[in-house]
Amino acid sequence: MNTMAETKAPAARPLSPHLQIYKPMLTMMMSIVHRVTGAALYFGTLILAWWLLAAASGPNGYAKFAAFSGSIIGRLILLGYTWALIHHMLGGIRHLIWDTGRGLGPIERERFAAANLIGSIALTVLLWIVGLLAMGGPR
Amino acid sequence: MSQSSVRHIRTPLARVRGHGAAHTGTGHFWRQRLTAVANIPLTVAAVIIIVMLLGRNQAAVAQILGTPLVAIVMLLFIVSITVHMRLGMQVIIEDYVHGETAKLILIMANSFFCIAVALASAYGIFKLSFGV
Repeated sequence: MNTMAETKAPAARPLSPHLQIYKPMLTMMMSIVHRVTGAALYFGTLILAWWLLAAASGPNGYAKFAAFSGSIIGRLILLGYTWALIHHMLGGIRHLIWDTGRGLGPIERERFAAANLIGSIALTVLLWIVGLLAMGGPR
Repeated sequence: MSQSSVRHIRTPLARVRGHGAAHTGTGHFWRQRLTAVANIPLTVAAVIIIVMLLGRNQAAVAQILGTPLVAIVMLLFIVSITVHMRLGMQVIIEDYVHGETAKLILIMANSFFCIAVALASAYGIFKLSFGV
């Protein structure tokens, strides 16, 4: 065993190709973004839990949450949370359609990926316009 | 039958059970899809509720969140998303963490996190519903 290990140095064989070897394509980016948004939403649930507990705790606790959600950082995080939620949901619908065996062709999957991205951005903007109007305009 | 038992390494019983190498069969896959489907209407409903509550003070938010329909929808939403995210994060951990100890610790931590988020959120809703 020893002689074999000594005589045969590990050959510099090519490793199996990983992400960096491929040209970034839309479908591939959407796949990565689906996972990243899922992970972001995972930790984003802390904000949801905080909001619910703050509402249950009383005016002082809720004021602390409102100070966060009304701040610039808070708004940016919530904007990202909104987009991640919508993007992951649309991506999930895409996956559920794929589960039926549809939408896997070369043209359809590109259209799906584009629709996922455009749809998530458009719906996020729309939802925030509605939200800001519901709050009585931007503050 | 005799020929197939020669050609397959797995026993006929294992094949009939269909639980595969992880012994859980399609359980993970199915719960992932089930909660994914449930998440769609529940997320839409939760977003509508949240938009309705934007800019209101604590008393109004507490009162609306405590009404039966809103509370039940929010509870369903929380249960569905936390089950879904536990399954999803488990796959991420299994994909990227290869050390056996680290993987086990993270998979346990994943469960603890998801259950804690679910129960903390549910506690908030129950408190608003029952006024405890």
